[in-house]
Amino acid sequence: MDNNRIMNRENSGYTIIYAAVMVIIVALGLAFTHQMLIEKQTANVNIDKMQQILRSLNIDASTNEAQAQYDSLVKNAYLVDNKGAKIEGTEGTTPNDPAFSTELGSDDVRGLPVYEALVGGKQVFVLPMRGAGLWGPIWGYLAVEADGSTVYGSEFGHASETPGLGAEIVTPAFRKQFIGKKLFKEGNFVSVAVVKPGRSVANRDYVDGISGGTITSQGVDKMLLNSVGEYKSFLTNLQTVQ
Amino acid sequence: MALSSKTKAVLLGPLNKNNPIIVQVLGICSALAVTSKLEPALVMAISVTIVVAFANVIISLLRKTIPNRIRIIVQLVVAAALVTIVSEVLKAYSYEVNKQLSVFVGLIVTNCILMGRLEAFALGNGPWPSFLDGIGNGLGYGWILVVVGFFRELLGSGSLMGHKVIPQSFYDAGYENNGLMMLAPMAILLVACIIWIHRANNKELQEENN
Repeated sequence: MDNNRIMNRENSGYTIIYAAVMVIIVALGLAFTHQMLIEKQTANVNIDKMQQILRSLNIDASTNEAQAQYDSLVKNAYLVDNKGAKIEGTEGTTPNDPAFSTELGSDDVRGLPVYEALVGGKQVFVLPMRGAGLWGPIWGYLAVEADGSTVYGSEFGHASETPGLGAEIVTPAFRKQFIGKKLFKEGNFVSVAVVKPGRSVANRDYVDGISGGTITSQGVDKMLLNSVGEYKSFLTNLQTVQ
Repeated sequence: MALSSKTKAVLLGPLNKNNPIIVQVLGICSALAVTSKLEPALVMAISVTIVVAFANVIISLLRKTIPNRIRIIVQLVVAAALVTIVSEVLKAYSYEVNKQLSVFVGLIVTNCILMGRLEAFALGNGPWPSFLDGIGNGLGYGWILVVVGFFRELLGSGSLMGHKVIPQSFYDAGYENNGLMMLAPMAILLVACIIWIHRANNKELQEENN
């Protein structure tokens, strides 16, 4: 009897059926787990994004307060086209609306997301950014005041920069340097430069990069120039309104 | 609950004389990668313990039915399924930590400890000893991670579990966090120190020098 079973175990038919049944059971189990948890996971991702937007407004919100803070501060969100004009029908601040759900760099982008916030009576525009660091993607949010040039705050994130070096771009010490810097000089978009600590740049506002995190700092510099550069017309429009 | 001396050895051996990291030198890669802070080290330790214990139980229950020719594949599928479940649960209930652990949760699958225990123990033993073996090895791996994580976070960031523990007055007096602690090479040096102390205290682990 026992011998029989061992024989059967090595039978090709048994092996194939065993493998097939096992894979189907595992697949069903995993699909079920995913379905059970997907709602909570999406909520976490959305809360995380709200926390990032709030940090660009210089507000550190805990996971529990993020939603309430976001709802009370972010008044409007929409997509703008490359001429800086608001695209009709894209307004809305909830995670299901186009501004929030648009991922920069994906193929079916209809426009550039802009979040309008009112902080302490001041109107602020939050612009998402994305770029490349040393090891992987970096991203961030830049909050610009209603004059279209002054930086109100910034937030950076990264996938895999070196801890203690490039990864320092997420620290307040780095981020707070951007406050008050101007994106425009004499009507031209020049962005804010990230330079080696101690160096300076003519005709542009600049902040100190991270020592030992040169490539990541350059990545932030490029990201500011390129990602915020795409909003040039939008920011120029803000200036003419004034 | 009384444990016989044999089950005791199965459970407690990996914590000390048969430790996966400091004696068998397995699972070093993740031990270096996730220990720059205490919290991810702790979560990683718990995740590995859960995965090894349950993978051991499942393989042990199936051990009489698994076709020998595809047994490694079966082990991998079971391990991968459990790891995916752990990763999904972390994403849902511990998003911040999941971000810090990033790819390393997925890489538990490739952790040598996991496959090693399935192949060496679960295939030849019943579910209960296999479960204890998994718990023992998970904890044996975990306590090293926690010790390394403790020192790296304390000396590298001046904090523990994200809370500042080194007072500001130290920094004012010229103390600085050791940035080197944040890099992987310091983790291997710390592991080496643990191995050194452990061997010094366990004569039977020392090789004969002739």
